[in-house]
Amino acid sequence: MTSHAFEVVVVGAGPAGIAAACTVADAGRPVALVDNSPWLGGQIWRGEEANPVQRAARQWLKRAAAARVTIFREASVFTVSLPQRLLVETPAGAVELGWQRLVIATGARERFVPFPGWTLPGVVGPGGLQALVKAGWPIAGKRVVVAGSGPLLLAVADGLKHRGAHIRLIAEQAPSSRVLQFGFALGRHPAKLAQGLRLKARLLGVPYRCGCWPVRASGDEAARQVTLTDGRRTWTETCDYLACAFGLAPNLELPRLLGCRLADGFVQVNEFQETSVKDVFCAGEPTGIAGADAALVAGCIAGFAAIGNPGQARALFGARARWQRFGRALRDAFAMRPELRRLAEAETVVCRCEDVRRGELERHDNWRAAKLHTRCGMGNCQGRVCGDAANFLFGWTNDSVRPPLLPVRVTSLLSPVADVNQNPTPPAGNQP
Amino acid sequence: MSATADITIVGAGIVGAACAAACAQAGLNVVVVDRGPVGGGTTAAGMGHLVVMDDSPAQFALTAYSRRLWRELAPQLPSNVEFDPCGTLWVAADEEEMAEVRRKEAFYREHGVKVEVLDEAALAQAEPNLRAGLAGGLVVTEDAVLYPPGAARFLLETAPAGRVQVRTGIEVNAISRDGTVRLRDGTRLAAAVVVNAAGCDSPLLTPDLPVRKRKGHLVITERHPGFVRHQIVELGYLKSAHAVAADSVAFNIQPRKTGQMLIGSSRQFNANSTEINQPILDRMVRRALEYLPTLGQLTAIRCWTGHRAATPDKLPLIGPSLDCERVWLATGHEGLGITTSLGTGKLLADLLLKRPTEIPAWPYSPERLAHGDAPHG
Ligand SMILES: Cc1cc2nc3c(=O)[nH]c(=O)nc-3n(C[C@H](O)[C@H](O)[C@H](O)COP(=O)(O)OP(=O)(O)OC[C@H]3O[C@@H](n4cnc5c(N)ncnc54)[C@H](O)[C@@H]3O)c2cc1C
Ligand SMILES: Cc1cc2nc3c(=O)[nH]c(=O)nc-3n(C[C@H](O)[C@H](O)[C@H](O)COP(=O)(O)OP(=O)(O)OC[C@H]3O[C@@H](n4cnc5c(N)ncnc54)[C@H](O)[C@@H]3O)c2cc1C
Repeated sequence: MTSHAFEVVVVGAGPAGIAAACTVADAGRPVALVDNSPWLGGQIWRGEEANPVQRAARQWLKRAAAARVTIFREASVFTVSLPQRLLVETPAGAVELGWQRLVIATGARERFVPFPGWTLPGVVGPGGLQALVKAGWPIAGKRVVVAGSGPLLLAVADGLKHRGAHIRLIAEQAPSSRVLQFGFALGRHPAKLAQGLRLKARLLGVPYRCGCWPVRASGDEAARQVTLTDGRRTWTETCDYLACAFGLAPNLELPRLLGCRLADGFVQVNEFQETSVKDVFCAGEPTGIAGADAALVAGCIAGFAAIGNPGQARALFGARARWQRFGRALRDAFAMRPELRRLAEAETVVCRCEDVRRGELERHDNWRAAKLHTRCGMGNCQGRVCGDAANFLFGWTNDSVRPPLLPVRVTSLLSPVADVNQNPTPPAGNQP
Repeated sequence: MSATADITIVGAGIVGAACAAACAQAGLNVVVVDRGPVGGGTTAAGMGHLVVMDDSPAQFALTAYSRRLWRELAPQLPSNVEFDPCGTLWVAADEEEMAEVRRKEAFYREHGVKVEVLDEAALAQAEPNLRAGLAGGLVVTEDAVLYPPGAARFLLETAPAGRVQVRTGIEVNAISRDGTVRLRDGTRLAAAVVVNAAGCDSPLLTPDLPVRKRKGHLVITERHPGFVRHQIVELGYLKSAHAVAADSVAFNIQPRKTGQMLIGSSRQFNANSTEINQPILDRMVRRALEYLPTLGQLTAIRCWTGHRAATPDKLPLIGPSLDCERVWLATGHEGLGITTSLGTGKLLADLLLKRPTEIPAWPYSPERLAHGDAPHG
């Protein structure tokens, strides 16, 4: 195993991580950017590196390519070997990265709410389907129902439609009054407003219904029908795919492993994006779901703070405050309705890895007891999906995190033997 | 305040659960209190290997007795207890360890424990993923594996109706000499006898117990059914388990009913945190790879640690405490508490009711360590 040392290591190459890494590199400081996917861009800019479409993505990815950033692709941070050392699994084996300051920008994942049929083939996360389609999955001519909650639904429907999918319906669980209010809030963010309008225009002809949600997916081999309700009326749509997720849940495994303090389900940071652990910074969705623009600003602040440049960090506080207001408006507008907690029936699977049903979980009164006695959360995803679901259904928190943060080969658990390389040469595979 | 109980048991680990079940079976009313869920302490962290061991005559007596009780119970165990009679395979790396195989074989046969000796070829056939060139092994055919938290829950839930009351999520702050326990919220529970079955935290409730924490690490993999078929333990394990001073690791792997591989194990004193210690994990995994070279390509999904409650002579403490006859002990089971829980429960119930015990109970009596002259590593 090889070791490298950097002044700053950034984990996660979405907008927050790219912004942080570029900020550090532009100041001439050694920085590494680590991401488990082959491409930079994270969730929102997935695929943009190969085929740029969005303007902001193009700008930032160009900047990242030009900057002196050592990029580790397909590299999963899976544990902390010593203080200020991370172990990372790469296709070439495990690598150790030493840091003086760490920026965590691990983003968020889609949040799933279990309902009867949600584990059928054909039921996917909108973000997941979008990624598949960008990677070449054929969607032309397929009927897709997009459901769940949040602005991501619109963006995904737009992308799918663009590639020839028939979007039958976008079902947003939030009531239209709330979503409308959010529209007004967007008024204070002209760029977002323009984006929203463009989307709407292109989606013209696609029904976008607020205040309705899926109650069941059914079909023999795969989901072919989705039953939806608006609370009074129930109806069925036929489809090839149901793309359904209810907003985003932050990726907190790494900050938890490092012992960063959380508040209200997010990593607590000070005005310089520093966590409760000295020299560990956090930016983007783990600190609050507020979108790519918020992540970019916070990433820059974390980058400046990590190289001891508080002045330039401060200059961005105003911009960050604006995007934080946007985040709060987002949270209020798309708050989850309580009816969603009752969709899963006793027989509905909550933990897909271990096939654990709601009825089995309800016999317990906290996550740990349920986990020990049902195996919920013990599978490969280690509670990433069912932990979020159990949090929503029962209010339980999955506060237990253990290495490896992602499944790794047993050999990767061995300690590095090589000496720390103080002047790293960028590893092969810097370019995709 | 519940005055109806005969016994209060502090700790709903496998040992507390087995004591509760045996006392209820004997007609006593029991309240079990635990600060966490049932089986959430060391019982949630151990390997669940039901194994006969012969480091000392007393250890053999208790493990053999307990394993017999587990096998009697086996037909009733529900699927979530994951009982799997896979047997233990003791691997001998060289001729020196083969001599130990033959000694063990003779001793076990003499005492009615079913065993089978494997030579090099038979070993390779029994476990094809072991490296070539190992000398042989000994299969103890009636040893088994189970899922300890599930077993603890089973013991509590199937106790005679109404005799066991389980109160989880309640911390005990103190045990008094008059047989009452004080709960964190200030209330008290009274009973004729209190049993301290608080595992490695038992000294916090009964001061001066000769019980120390001995940390262990484990790694579990994704499902790779059939990768190994027995619980495999190196015979060098004996050297490691005996070393009381230094940190040690030994090759120990267990096939779970789920198809997962559970890889152990390490032993460390003076390591009270629950964090993974990378150097120890490294040594432990390296040791396993020496025996199973292709294990490295399997996928690990979780590592964790647990603390064994270790006594100076490696035998548990079962019986009345030294200074108070209303406070009893059922603790100090080190690395064998899953196995020895059932024997412990039966001994405790028999002693409480002044009935004859099925095996001599004095080797486990707290009194034996009274003079503090036992080696303390
Ligand atoms: C035979 C067997 C097989 C297993 N198989 C799997 C498997 O396939 N997959 C898997 O993921 N796991 C498996 N487990 C392991 C299990 O999920 C836990 O990982 C195990 O209980 C180890 O504990 P932990 O340290 O990880 O505890 P955790 O599960 O992390 O729980 C520790 C709990 O204690 C709490 N806590 C910590 N410190 C304190 C304190 N000071 N006071 C109060 N509370 C505190 C924490 O908040 C947390 O809730 C298995 C266990 C066994 C016994
Ligand atoms: C790595 C490892 C591998 C092992 N492998 C095996 C094996 O293969 N086979 C085997 O037989 N044994 C094995 N063991 C040993 C076995 O796990 C233990 O001996 C056994 O679990 C001890 O059970 P217990 O009930 O005494 O303790 P615990 O399970 O720790 O139970 C004690 C309970 O008391 C509670 N408690 C403590 N203090 C308080 C308080 N103040 N108030 C309220 N409640 C309290 C705790 O919450 C806990 O639930 C292993 C152990 C380790 C660490």
